[in-house]
Amino acid sequence: MGAYLRPRSLPDALSALAASRWLVLAGGTDIYPAHVGRPFDEPVLDLSGIGDLRGIDEHADHWRIKALTTWSDLIAAPLPPLFDALKQAAREIGGVQIQNAGTVIGNVCNAAPAADGVPCLLALDAEVALEAADGGRRLSLDAFITGARKTACRPGELVSALILPKPRAPTTLAWFSKLGTRRYLVISIVMIAISLDVDSDGRITAARIAIGACSPVARRLPELEAALRGRTLNSALADVPHENHLAPLTPIDDIRADAAYRREAALTLIRRGLADLGGRR
Amino acid sequence: MSHAAPAIKPFTLTCEVNGRPVALEGSRSRRLSDLLRIDLGLTGTKLGCNAGDCGACTVLVDGAQVCSCLIAVGQVEGRRVITIEGLAADPRFEPLRAAFLRLGAAQCGICTPGMLMAAADLLGRDPHPGEDAVKDALGGVLCRCTGYQPIIAAVLEATRAGAAIGEAALRIGSAVGARIARLDGAAKLNGTEIYGADAIPVDALHLRVLRSSWPHARFAIGDLTPLFHRYPGLVRALRAADVPRNGFGIYPEIKDQPVLADGIARFRGEAVLALIGARDAIEALRDDDVPITYQPLTPVLTLDEALAHDAPEVQAGKTDNILIEGRVRRGHPAEAFEAGALTAHGRFETAYVEHAYIEPEAGWARRVGERIEIFVSTQTPYMDRDETAGVVGLSPVQVRIVPSACGGGFGGKLDLSVQPLIALGAWLTGRPVACVYSRPESMVSTTKRHAARIDARIACDAEGRLSAVAIEADFNTGPYASWGPTVAGRVPVHAMGPYRVPNVATRARAVLTNGPNCGAFRGFGVPQAAIAHETLMDDLALKLGMDRLAFRRLNALRTGDITASGQRLEASVGLVACLDALEIRWQAALDDAARHNARRGMIRQGVGLGCSWYGIGNTGMANPSVMRLELRRDGTVLFRNGAVDIGQGSTTILTQIVADALGLPVGSICAIVGDTDLTADAGKTSASRQTFVSGRAALEAAVALRAKMLRLANASMESSLRIDGDALIVIDGPATHRIELTDLPHLDGVVLRAEGRFDPPIVPLDTNGQGVPYATYAFAAQMAVVEVDLELGTVKVRRMIAAHDVGRAINPTLIEGQITGGIAQGLGLALMEEYHPGRTDNLHDYLIPTIGDMPAIEVILIEDPTPLGPFGAKGVGEPGLVPTAPAILSAIRHATGARLTRVPALPHRLRAAIKAHEGAS
Repeated sequence: MGAYLRPRSLPDALSALAASRWLVLAGGTDIYPAHVGRPFDEPVLDLSGIGDLRGIDEHADHWRIKALTTWSDLIAAPLPPLFDALKQAAREIGGVQIQNAGTVIGNVCNAAPAADGVPCLLALDAEVALEAADGGRRLSLDAFITGARKTACRPGELVSALILPKPRAPTTLAWFSKLGTRRYLVISIVMIAISLDVDSDGRITAARIAIGACSPVARRLPELEAALRGRTLNSALADVPHENHLAPLTPIDDIRADAAYRREAALTLIRRGLADLGGRR
Repeated sequence: MSHAAPAIKPFTLTCEVNGRPVALEGSRSRRLSDLLRIDLGLTGTKLGCNAGDCGACTVLVDGAQVCSCLIAVGQVEGRRVITIEGLAADPRFEPLRAAFLRLGAAQCGICTPGMLMAAADLLGRDPHPGEDAVKDALGGVLCRCTGYQPIIAAVLEATRAGAAIGEAALRIGSAVGARIARLDGAAKLNGTEIYGADAIPVDALHLRVLRSSWPHARFAIGDLTPLFHRYPGLVRALRAADVPRNGFGIYPEIKDQPVLADGIARFRGEAVLALIGARDAIEALRDDDVPITYQPLTPVLTLDEALAHDAPEVQAGKTDNILIEGRVRRGHPAEAFEAGALTAHGRFETAYVEHAYIEPEAGWARRVGERIEIFVSTQTPYMDRDETAGVVGLSPVQVRIVPSACGGGFGGKLDLSVQPLIALGAWLTGRPVACVYSRPESMVSTTKRHAARIDARIACDAEGRLSAVAIEADFNTGPYASWGPTVAGRVPVHAMGPYRVPNVATRARAVLTNGPNCGAFRGFGVPQAAIAHETLMDDLALKLGMDRLAFRRLNALRTGDITASGQRLEASVGLVACLDALEIRWQAALDDAARHNARRGMIRQGVGLGCSWYGIGNTGMANPSVMRLELRRDGTVLFRNGAVDIGQGSTTILTQIVADALGLPVGSICAIVGDTDLTADAGKTSASRQTFVSGRAALEAAVALRAKMLRLANASMESSLRIDGDALIVIDGPATHRIELTDLPHLDGVVLRAEGRFDPPIVPLDTNGQGVPYATYAFAAQMAVVEVDLELGTVKVRRMIAAHDVGRAINPTLIEGQITGGIAQGLGLALMEEYHPGRTDNLHDYLIPTIGDMPAIEVILIEDPTPLGPFGAKGVGEPGLVPTAPAILSAIRHATGARLTRVPALPHRLRAAIKAHEGAS
């Protein structure tokens, strides 16, 4: 069995990463399933001993979800309605066992096309904070995930946190739906995350809509977002989305569904989400 | 790798396991589950997947449930770990265990530790959870046996104050019909039950199988010397040439499956080489390290490819790729179709389905002199014994099979898996050899339910009486026979459904391909055929404008009817009673659905019906069971029961039969189960036969032993018996006889012995399928209530009501458990299960129902006894599954108008069918 290091501080972890290559372990919910019946090829750098890397902090203009924050931590955290969709996504990940161990940032770093957390994080305009021994940088989430199971994380870098800006609008409404073939423990066919910033008159000042499992990386729908901006929150919102708004999506046929279904189901769910949010006025 | 790995430092880690501090050394990147099971011997934590998909390995870390297969040992430093063994020692959870036991929440028991740990996590947070909270908390643990309903009920019951521990302080003569908790249940609840992977000796060598990743390929194994140098722990390799008789199979005349392929692999996952060595070396190996070169050959994968006139031969000499064909012909179907007032027809397709038992195949073998002993998870100890002896070149008596607890079988553990390899390894090395399949290995290498294509036609007269049925069913059987002939034999007998049909032509073929090897899976092809006949029954009912239930009742088989095989059904034909039992609920559900659907919302309700019949035991073949009983001088009644209990409950049910036939309480009977040295051959645990066949054999043994006991006192048949220490008390009217057993002559402690044998009376089928294929049949009618999202094509099954004629319910709780578990598998067949070789070899891409997918289930037991069965009992293992998918498909059609001809009804398929229907109407 190979080497294993469990540093107690972020600088220690970063200096280990600067010196050699490691398989970075946090919640283990992606790494161990990838090693069924085969040993680790690389030494393991286990971040779980870094105490101050867990939790969600509120700052003046943003929240920080730190690297070891689990889905269960997120569910239990007292957070505003802005986070309702992300919490809903957290509750639909795996079973409670996975929610208790798996981390939000691990889901982002694993970068699966059906990563459960990514649509909601895109709809929250998340940024990724990367740290290395020689300094840090920030990337928008869509710049960080570069493809199916590919990220912009460089050798020597760790993702230390997700930065979620606070919207300027007085109210942000959030909606999430995961469509799968069974309840619990399911990889989605389609996921929809919607965030609507609403002013005091009930007018949409910003819309952020992201779709998962319909392209190598979850995608926002900018034209639909633009079409929603300035509209008043009501049930007629459901009439806004149309097929052309799905242009950024490139769904595929696979064992779970075919591409045409994914496209149609995405549109159906967006309309339902907007109808639901429109009715919340 | 090019990087320089840092040096490994020795370390000691301290944590608390089940309240005790533990200091550990060794790798910290290992899985916690391995540490618990291997280093600490806490084998109550089960491994089903090593990937967080099944939840069997759930433990509590600092009070929160986690999969111990996903946690690095290094991560539990300073933390508190509780396993099932720790939970078992905690009296606070006694009500939970008692509820699990009483309600039958543990069947095979392999998921039970995970379920209990998840429940403990919940009850720690919420002492009075509702049903949804229970589902959320237990949603990460898969169960393949119970259908989850008993588990949910048990967790809810455990939270109620003063929940009764329904222990059966049973009176004599009251065992049959009683809801006795399973006699082997306690060990399943405290982590002490021993499954195939749980008692491997520390000094055992381990065996790893190298498998073809091509469906069809020529291969060559290179020089293994460098590999053995690189991994000094390796001891030896096994190749095809090392296997004395390199062929096995179910049928005496067909031994077509090699233990290790000899130069040509014929399916993806076929074994080509085995390596034996120290556990560390075996686990450190990468498949890529082993020099095997493959030259892929064109595979024959689909039925069309296999049946094309110029198709390559999958097996040499089988020019048409047809392994076998079965037929039933009766009357004049062609003329009857001409004359029929109404006809319906269709082509139906079903997918490969994986058994997905939570326990992967596992076992170990040791050589004892000139014998081999094999401890293994199996459904069929005697067949394992004979087949293993055959391939290793021994006589059957040189092999002993000691069945472990079986963590789910469903037909998948009727074929050999690890047995011949570990036996040969132990024979050749002289050391114990163990093999535990990984989840992907289990899925890729063992049998599947046959993918099927069924062309069916059906006709009736103007009044709705069925006049003719014609079925041609092709089953994609893979490259080797396995149980393909059984499917081809069983399907033609059943394929017209449980109805009176005077003119029948049914045919089933097992077609050889390079697809996954297909074998036995709960129903042997009948569940696939039932989808066809029940859809056509709905077609005709619609055309007639007749209620679907009334139409089935009109045509249902009744006592005295002649089947398509020419068999007169003399007794125990309870289908009409099943339909009658559903009638009120059926009408009410139809009314509810009509009201709901009148709102014209996106969610539509549908109500559907499926009927089935199922012949108990082998098809037109001998099918014996032998059971033995002993009265020992210490007052023990020892039941030598060769029927292996795979979770369905035969250990308990057969003991109940013995108890009442002897006239003694259940508690006075001890049992030895399954060991081929210590029990007689009861036949395999399959074909729903153990209650009927072995139950009758057990009854015969008990009647004979009782007669001998009475003879000791010259007492009358009506006397009652009691065991008092080592004395037998016989009360004959006013006279009481006390017989000191220690005063009687004995052989090895046995004072009296008796044997019972039963082989159901059958007449082999002729070339037209005429004869008496089965001695008795189970009948069932199930109704489903579903909700379908018209826009998304998703289905939620809300209710299932299952009426089953079981002859006599020996143990209603265990029977209900078979039915709720069968419904879960039928729901999976209908809605989500589809095995794709190489794509779904895990439990997150291959979907089986979770606790959140199950409907509310009501079971109605009809008891129309068969004079042949013990106390009138038939079987129920497979019948629970057969009508479920047809009922769900019928309900989907009722809700949407969409007639599905392909399962599973994945959302995109159903959505397409709904659109096609909307376009057509």
